Amino acid sequence: MIAFDAAAVTVPAPAEATARQRGAVAPDTVIIAPTTLLLADRRVAVIGANGSGKSTLARMINGLTLPTTGAVTVAGLDTRSQGEQVRQKVGFIFADADAQVIMPTPLEDVMLSLRRSDLSARQRSARALDVLGRFGLADLASVPVQALSGGQKQLLAIAGVLVTEPDVLVCDEPTTRLDLRWRLAVDRLLAGLPQQVILVTHDLGVAAEFDRCLVVDHGVVIHDSSGSASVGAYRELAAAHPLPERA
Amino acid sequence: MRGWTGPLGLYVPGESWVHRSPSGVKLLLLLGATAVVATVPSLPLALGGVMTAVLLAWSAGLPAKPQLRTLRRVLLSLAPWGAIVWWQRGGDEAVELVFDLATALLLAAVLTATTRADALADSLTRACRPLDRWGFSSERFALMVALMLRAIPVLFATFSDVQEAARARGLGRSPQAYLVPFALRTVGRAQTTGDALTARGL
Repeated sequence: MIAFDAAAVTVPAPAEATARQRGAVAPDTVIIAPTTLLLADRRVAVIGANGSGKSTLARMINGLTLPTTGAVTVAGLDTRSQGEQVRQKVGFIFADADAQVIMPTPLEDVMLSLRRSDLSARQRSARALDVLGRFGLADLASVPVQALSGGQKQLLAIAGVLVTEPDVLVCDEPTTRLDLRWRLAVDRLLAGLPQQVILVTHDLGVAAEFDRCLVVDHGVVIHDSSGSASVGAYRELAAAHPLPERA
Repeated sequence: MRGWTGPLGLYVPGESWVHRSPSGVKLLLLLGATAVVATVPSLPLALGGVMTAVLLAWSAGLPAKPQLRTLRRVLLSLAPWGAIVWWQRGGDEAVELVFDLATALLLAAVLTATTRADALADSLTRACRPLDRWGFSSERFALMVALMLRAIPVLFATFSDVQEAARARGLGRSPQAYLVPFALRTVGRAQTTGDALTARGL
């Protein structure tokens, strides 16, 4: 259970903005307006325009971004004071798998996730190989990461997170950089997970299938209902406020 | 992104006795050998060092081509330095210096090619553990080493990426057209890596 309790994120306005106001301090820039939410559904999609705050919302769940005011809790653990424990429960997948994969080879990278466990090196290696096998990456266990395809790298990133058996998986546009076949493969993989999945995505077809879907706009959750209803609302919003045409 | 097959940072899987030797022993031998060739002024020793390193690479079953390429690059990049020493102190010392450095680099390449970064990090952690008493974090140090090993090929790939982007815009000759984006991308990469480390609870 993920709970946002009037959680907001603001950053101080840049100094130039204050200077323009002639002495009066410019108001803080709002990234996420005070938001109160309960996310208990097994599958939650988050959609919205670029820069709307959906990534920030996702990062707040595992404490990568802390609320400036209010609080975010996961299973009763506060992301501010119990960040470590929260991150043990919440796995996070970034859009750029290259940034997420830290070690030089897949086996080493998955083993790195297990460093904090009490397992011996041999057990960690066996467990990591087992997980890589489940993801169809066993043959690539010792191949340099830079030789993997984008899809294989994203799969590896997911394997590296799931090996620690988190309760929640937050995915920030995990399929944005993938081709269609890899996208379908990753979508299928996420759909089959026993974990709660929070998926930030631009793939409206996938979002429409979700039980619950949030639409974020200018830092505010403006719509919160079933996938198809939310996608409809987002389409209407985009149609009502198109980008200005330029020469 | 282009792959990179440089002297450091690439593990070549294998089952040779060099691969199987404990990583701590290999690390100690590398340190010892480097210290000896660096402090004992002897030309035969320097030549022997290079030969030993090549023999080790060969018996570890490392593919010959990249190794030879590495050797050539190492020697080429050391040549200007060797020339200066030759001019100042004479040929014997120059050759010795170049071969000493080549020994150290080749042995280090053999170590990283035959030892998984995780095993290397493990033995470094063990070696540094006594220092933990004085507030040193051996765990962090080991992770830092592993990150560095991964960063080397990534940095090279970033560099060739930004160079290609500059060339595509006809700016291939302007250093600031690729040095500035290279610096920015590297800092950006460091930030995302930091995020990834935090997210993974490390």
